[in-house]
Amino acid sequence: MTSNIGSQPDAATSEPAPPGSAPPADERVRKTSGLSRLLSRPEFGAMVGAGLVWLFFAIVAYDNNFVSWATTASILNRAAPLGILAVAVALLMIGGEFDLSIGSILGFAGMTIMVLITPSSAGGFGWGVWPAILAALFVALLIGFFNGSLVIATKLPSFIITLATLFIFRGLTIALTRQFTNRTQLGDFDEASGAALADKLFATQFTVFGSSFRVSILWWIAMAALATWILVRTKPGNWIFGSGGDAASARNVGVPVSRVKIGLFMTTAFAAFLVATIQAVQFNGSDTLRGFGLEFQAIIAVVVGGTLLTGGYGSAIGASFGALIFAMVQQGIIITGVDGDWFQVFVGGVLVIAVIFNNYVRQQAAKR
Amino acid sequence: MTSNNTPLLEIKNVSKFFGSVIALQDVSAFVRAGEVTCLLGDNGAGKSTLIKVLSGVHKASEGEYLFDGVQQDFSSPREALEMGIATVYQDLAMIPLMSIWRNFFLGSEPTKGWGPFKRFDASFAKETTTEEMAKMGIDIRDPDQTVGTLSGGERQSVAIARAVYLGAKVLILDEPTAALGVRQAGVVLKYILQAKSRGIGVIFITHNPQHAYPVGDHFVILRRGGIYGDYAKEDLPLEQLVQMMAGGADLEVLKHELEQASEQGGKDAAAYAATADQIKSELHEIGMPDDEGDA
Repeated sequence: MTSNIGSQPDAATSEPAPPGSAPPADERVRKTSGLSRLLSRPEFGAMVGAGLVWLFFAIVAYDNNFVSWATTASILNRAAPLGILAVAVALLMIGGEFDLSIGSILGFAGMTIMVLITPSSAGGFGWGVWPAILAALFVALLIGFFNGSLVIATKLPSFIITLATLFIFRGLTIALTRQFTNRTQLGDFDEASGAALADKLFATQFTVFGSSFRVSILWWIAMAALATWILVRTKPGNWIFGSGGDAASARNVGVPVSRVKIGLFMTTAFAAFLVATIQAVQFNGSDTLRGFGLEFQAIIAVVVGGTLLTGGYGSAIGASFGALIFAMVQQGIIITGVDGDWFQVFVGGVLVIAVIFNNYVRQQAAKR
Repeated sequence: MTSNNTPLLEIKNVSKFFGSVIALQDVSAFVRAGEVTCLLGDNGAGKSTLIKVLSGVHKASEGEYLFDGVQQDFSSPREALEMGIATVYQDLAMIPLMSIWRNFFLGSEPTKGWGPFKRFDASFAKETTTEEMAKMGIDIRDPDQTVGTLSGGERQSVAIARAVYLGAKVLILDEPTAALGVRQAGVVLKYILQAKSRGIGVIFITHNPQHAYPVGDHFVILRRGGIYGDYAKEDLPLEQLVQMMAGGADLEVLKHELEQASEQGGKDAAAYAATADQIKSELHEIGMPDDEGDA
């Protein structure tokens, strides 16, 4: 450090320079290469990981046509719903909180739509598709608000609160659906009024290079882009990093930490609603167990994507690559004909490797 | 060093009770613009409570709180901050995982653009951070580096520079030098003088008279929740400050006892001597005259 207060004794700043010599150059500045800057990006690990996983299956499953547009389409179609959830969960986890209830919110939102549009002769309400979707959106945001408010008000870990709401809303989904319709599965989405437009928006397929890509991929990309923009280029984005990095410090400098966190819980609930809607249209119905276990897959995708479990650091792009890795492993296992029973072993293995790798990369980055 | 005579911030006969515990009793202090008031006290003297009263975290149980001569009744630190009373806490100053420029503007982000395209003006933030730090005499290497890579002194300095830039009129510094080495503490002391020369009233809380004396204009010594002494710098030589700070008489006795013990010899001599040496070097560190020379 070069002191620009001439009269100040040098002892307060850096090594005393020999008298009469030119002021020394700042000895602490070191040229950092572009590579080390790239290494310090949170999503770097997941990008490299995605490349490696792809390469692995491209070699192992080459004969099974892994390197093809058809397989690429399958992977992306598979990754999209998880990616939408993971992007929202990434924001929440950067903000320092967990949401274990998104799978249940997804199930609840899906069944809300289906029960509302089911004809009253079958125990439903006979609504049109759009009012039902709006109602599900409202309900999902309300659940998110409830989750967030409860976390803020009780000061309990969100892990516990949302573990409770995981059970509450899964239970409510099952109980209420049975109560109204006496069933656990509802179909015939396409028979309700307004289904055609919903189908266009949420379940269109595009044929590119002879393979069909679902419109949900575009939803995913849009969510990832929006989340990244919010995170790195807006005021609320800075607040999210601050709230997750150190809530007390952030509060001290005037960040509305409680509002930020409640907003993030509503964001994950929104993502669950969006996936619920996409799947209800795509599968022409829903069932009471829809979304079961997705909360863990989303957290895995986010962590593989380089976001810190303790908050304050991470990226939405990384989470998207995490979802992509997840889908590649799934698809790779399916087409190579490996017993699907082994899938979870793979996922767990990838998670451990990814976390160790990310930790290593982050430590290297901190040393630069 | 005296500027105009109205104190910028003043507390009069403030007391703070927590149930039956008297944390502060009848404490008065003030700071003028462009001056540094040092609040000194050992552990348990009531410094933390006083900071919290000053920064708006606690309301005083009794007494007056005046800012610019006007009675205030803050119910949150946010309100105090809006009036220009900024507090920099020792360990809550910065968020280590965030870059310097993000930390610098956290909670007060500059924006550009319109409506949904309103965005955090990153280039302005980076430039301003570098400029403001330069004004404080800190040459930051790269505003993009995380605060976690800065030293403790640099973190405090960034926090001080931030408070100054964001328009603080009164800067309350909670033990900014406590966890720092000699050189780092020197850096922070330099920024306290910088802030002062920019017309800010600085309240510098510390237990270290060696840090307080070079920068302070006014010294308030707290002991056991009350005022033990209140002096302008002219009226207070450093030795006297050190004596009062440490409860000089008590320490003299302790020093004497330890020396006697070490002279007694016997099988415990070595242990006593080691303890005595340690205490003596500590006394030396806080500026107690060491009448034996090298021990």
